[in-house]
Amino acid sequence: MDGDINATAPGTTPPDTDPARKRRVHGMLKLYYGLNEEGKTVDQAESMDPCDINGPHFDPEVYLNKLRRECSLGELMDQETCMVKQIRSLDSDMQTLVYENYNKFISATDTIRKMKNDFKKMEDEMDCLSTNMASITDFSARISGTLQDQHAQITKLSGVHTLLRKLQFLFELPARLNKCLELQAYAQAVSSHRRARCVLQQYSHMPSFRGIQDDCHAIMDKLAQELRQKFRDGGSSAKDLSECVELLLQLDEPAEELCDKFLSHAQSRLEADLLGLEAELRPPLSYGPTAVTDPYTGPAHRLSVEPTAGSPTGPSSLNNPFLSPSSRTDILEFIDRGCNEFVSSLCLVIASYQELFVNRPQEGELASKNIPQMAIGKLHAFVDALATRYFSLVERRIQEEKSVGDNSLLVRALDRFHRRLQAVAKLLPGSAVPSQGTEIVVRAARERIKQYLAALQSFYLNSLTDVRQALAAPRLGGSSAGVGSHLGGPATGKEAPASLPELLSTLSASILNQIKSVLASVHLFTAKDITFSNKPYFKGDFCSHGVRESLVVNFIKFVCQSSRQFCESAGDRGGSTPPALLLLLSRLCLDYETSTITYILTLTDEQFLVQHHSPVTAVTALCGEAREAAQKLLNHYVKVQGLIISQMLRKSVETRDWVNTIEPRNVRAVMKRVVEDTTSIDVQVGLLYEEGVRKAHSSDSSKRTFSVYSSSRQQTRYAPSYTPSAPMDTNLLSNIHKLFSERVEIFSPVEFNKVSVLTGIIKISLKTFLECVRLRTFGRYGLQQIQVDCHYLQMYLWRFVSDENLVHFLLDEIVGSTAHRCLDPAPMEQSVIEVICERG
Amino acid sequence: MYQPYLVLQARALTSQTAESDAIRFLVGTQSLKFDNQIHIIDFDDENNIISKSVLQHQAGEIWHISASPADKAVLTTCYNKSEAPALSLSQLGASVFPAQVVSSESRVVTCGAVWRMPPEWESGSHESPDDPHNSHNPQNLELLCHLDNSSHGNASCVLWEPMGDGKHVISLADNHALLWDLTESSTQATISSSATLEGKGQLKFTAGKWSPHHNCTQLATANDTAIRGWDLRTMSQIYCIENAHGQLVRDLDFNPNKQYYLASCGDDCKVKFWDVRNINEPVKTLEEHSHWVWSVRFNHSHDQLVLTGSSDSRVILSNMVSISSEPFGHLVDDDDLSDGEDNHQDEKTQEPLQDSIISTYEEHEDSVYAVEWSSADPWLFASLSYDGRLVINRVPRALKYHILL
Repeated sequence: MDGDINATAPGTTPPDTDPARKRRVHGMLKLYYGLNEEGKTVDQAESMDPCDINGPHFDPEVYLNKLRRECSLGELMDQETCMVKQIRSLDSDMQTLVYENYNKFISATDTIRKMKNDFKKMEDEMDCLSTNMASITDFSARISGTLQDQHAQITKLSGVHTLLRKLQFLFELPARLNKCLELQAYAQAVSSHRRARCVLQQYSHMPSFRGIQDDCHAIMDKLAQELRQKFRDGGSSAKDLSECVELLLQLDEPAEELCDKFLSHAQSRLEADLLGLEAELRPPLSYGPTAVTDPYTGPAHRLSVEPTAGSPTGPSSLNNPFLSPSSRTDILEFIDRGCNEFVSSLCLVIASYQELFVNRPQEGELASKNIPQMAIGKLHAFVDALATRYFSLVERRIQEEKSVGDNSLLVRALDRFHRRLQAVAKLLPGSAVPSQGTEIVVRAARERIKQYLAALQSFYLNSLTDVRQALAAPRLGGSSAGVGSHLGGPATGKEAPASLPELLSTLSASILNQIKSVLASVHLFTAKDITFSNKPYFKGDFCSHGVRESLVVNFIKFVCQSSRQFCESAGDRGGSTPPALLLLLSRLCLDYETSTITYILTLTDEQFLVQHHSPVTAVTALCGEAREAAQKLLNHYVKVQGLIISQMLRKSVETRDWVNTIEPRNVRAVMKRVVEDTTSIDVQVGLLYEEGVRKAHSSDSSKRTFSVYSSSRQQTRYAPSYTPSAPMDTNLLSNIHKLFSERVEIFSPVEFNKVSVLTGIIKISLKTFLECVRLRTFGRYGLQQIQVDCHYLQMYLWRFVSDENLVHFLLDEIVGSTAHRCLDPAPMEQSVIEVICERG
Repeated sequence: MYQPYLVLQARALTSQTAESDAIRFLVGTQSLKFDNQIHIIDFDDENNIISKSVLQHQAGEIWHISASPADKAVLTTCYNKSEAPALSLSQLGASVFPAQVVSSESRVVTCGAVWRMPPEWESGSHESPDDPHNSHNPQNLELLCHLDNSSHGNASCVLWEPMGDGKHVISLADNHALLWDLTESSTQATISSSATLEGKGQLKFTAGKWSPHHNCTQLATANDTAIRGWDLRTMSQIYCIENAHGQLVRDLDFNPNKQYYLASCGDDCKVKFWDVRNINEPVKTLEEHSHWVWSVRFNHSHDQLVLTGSSDSRVILSNMVSISSEPFGHLVDDDDLSDGEDNHQDEKTQEPLQDSIISTYEEHEDSVYAVEWSSADPWLFASLSYDGRLVINRVPRALKYHILL
């Protein structure tokens, strides 16, 4: 059957050579033996075909019939040969397999036989071993049985021995303790006592032990006494002390008491330091030779010459706060002393205390008492109390530091102060002391800024006084030649106007220098090598609020405010402030507005790297304030100068009897004075302010003719028969109408230029003239005099103002009003007026 | 709002104090060449018509005018008189000036006089403001008496006793304050007492005001920069505000409702309010004008309304609520509105007004030397500028209702 199947399988290649074929053969064999695991389903599908020669349902009859039906003879022949070939190869395969299997079976049989022999030998050896073991067990049992009694005896003996030794120790204890006490070997004594203590305690009901215990107690009490004494003496070294404390602790001395004692002991020493410091704070009379420094030479080397080079000097520099000397030990020495004495001993105390009470390894029953917590609590209270006193002393000292001469001293002192407190911080992590110290530093810095502001302000005021004097001095010289001559100058007369720009530049330069030097001084607070400079306050708030706002901005505001005060307090009579000072300050404020404020603030921001966390005063706001101040000052200047000229004019109008005056022969002196004054004002203003714009001039303004009745239009309506002698200038009338509609503001704000200032002054003066004239009654010659005066003013004043029409209009009004107020209005010939005026 | 031209220059203005029905102002002109006149300006509030009557004041140019509080026909003027030998303005008439009359001897003095308006002026010379030539024989004022003070110098103003019976006047002449008693018919005046300001230099009263408080026993005067108070019973000084203003003090006025409050104005362009019990500091200062302030007036009924006139040609009406007698609005019932107002009071008190400028009137083209409230209508006032323009204005309606309601 097999052969049949295999014979029908087609095969063309030799069976050994092709692995694929070999596998197929294996597969088939597996199939045959029901070992198939792969491709089962596939075979299943195919297997139903009865013509599949490899399928399980192969039907040879059907296959043959099929072949016979389908194939030709040749094909059948081929099929047959092929099948025969396959059958043969299958046969040979089978033979090979059978042979191989047989060989394997033979070798396996051999191996099994060999193993059987080996096991036999092993079994014998095992038997031997078990017999040996049995005999050993037997022997061992016998030995232990013999030794049992002796062993028990030995154990008992050794126990008795130890007990005896202990007892001996106990009996010897008092003597030993005494000896230790004599030798001052406290540590040994304590450890001995500690070893015995429990036993003694336990057996205290027995009289002998009781005696020992009492003896020991007595000795130990003595010892403790001695230790305490030693502890109290305090002269001993830290190590001794710590030993002391340790022993005392072991002697069940209450830790709290020890802490207190230790601290109170330390306190007395620290307080001595504090008292020493306090002594320095007292007035110089009360302290001993330790702190004596010659008030003139001692601190002087520290207070080096203050960089106020730009200041114009003078008597004011005597009370310059930058130079006031301090008469005692300077702050650096003080702080040094405080650091070296107080802070370092405090640190020492803290360290040893912690060594003693806090950081000791806790053993036995001591651990349960929570000593460190208690001890730390006590230490904090102690340190806080002392530090508070120390701080109050330091603060008092800092507050005494009023002189702002050398800030580096203070900063260094503060730095040292702060740096030393860091040690405390390291030793005592939770303590509030360092933060309090930082607060003191911050307060000192704030205070310092305030002092600098005050110093700047007083410097500014002093500078102003100097300027005032400088302004006043040449004027005195000019007014009386005798006074001026000894100053050795033909220049005295000219000095007044020439020095105005110089004064301005010196003033602003010295202020700027002062600000810079103050900034430099304050900058020390934020220097890199200063420990507290990296505190958040000094990084942020100090720069923005402290320096920028409190110092710089406030100073600028102060400048503006004090300038404004000149306008108000100088007030109503206008006398107290020299007008030149007003002008100068106005220019100063204007300069501040245009450049200086921006410069100073930029400088500050750069130096202090101000980060604006909180809103700060904007530059524009400050500039606005400065400009406002400048405007106010200039307005006031105009008002004051206008007033001076007005007063002259008013007096000249009010005091004269205009009805009974004589025919005018020349211009009144007061008019010349007005023109002179105006000219000198013009020069003065020109020194500080630019020219400004003016409207176009007519070709020859001075030659203009006045129309006496220009504003008497109602008159002509009322009395047409009345013909004015001067021709009516209709053009001018319309012109006046125009001016009327524009309305002349008399005390109006002026612009920052010369022409506008002069226009303001002239407006005020002429309006006063007009109003005064209207209150008087004139005779014929009075009118003519006014005509002459007005023409004279006309000749000289037009050049000062922005719009000469304004002068024309006001002078027209004056002459017109005079004509109205004239009992006998017979105007003077224009040509005569001109002649008189040109004659001067 | 109404602007009659007086054709002549003028700086004297008063309301007819004794007249409580008609809104009437008196203006005195200033001219050296023509006959001076008293213009009686009547304002018909209902029809908005303004009418003018003219009375001749031939004695001279009028510097100050003041109406009797008792008799509406009686008034006083201060006028300039040229004492030239040949010159008498009243005789010369209005047209021609012979040049030679002003001799070197001539002298100008200011005198005060009491006048009576002729009873028939109202029927007589009504004049339209547009027709200045229609001056058909204007009537003359009837001279009652001279306040003859030749020994005391030039009179700067004459003050009637406020709310009095028209029997007492004070004239300020140079450095003298003279209290005159008038007879029943006002035809004779005798000096009953006088006070003299002593001091260095030529002292001269520039302005004065008779206080309506304290039984009319106080007078305030201004000379140069100082304000002085006088007790009329003893004719002695009771207070002196030195340097009240930076420059000349031009005018004074008493708050009609607060007895110690005084307003002053002057050449420093300021208006100051004083409590005379504390003269070191003004209570309040206004700086709104841009030139000298010549006149200041409290409203007679509502003293928060303050009127000022200045030579910057402006009139400013201010609302000085904070120092008025009605600081929180109108708390006391006015006589005019007695009922139905109480329920509104509470609402107003909640929003106190701020001191403020109510309005600036710029109708004038020349310096304003006088402003005056109407004595008949508390909401109406007149202002007079040097060019002769009289402007009558009303307090803005909104403010009026705010104050009233």
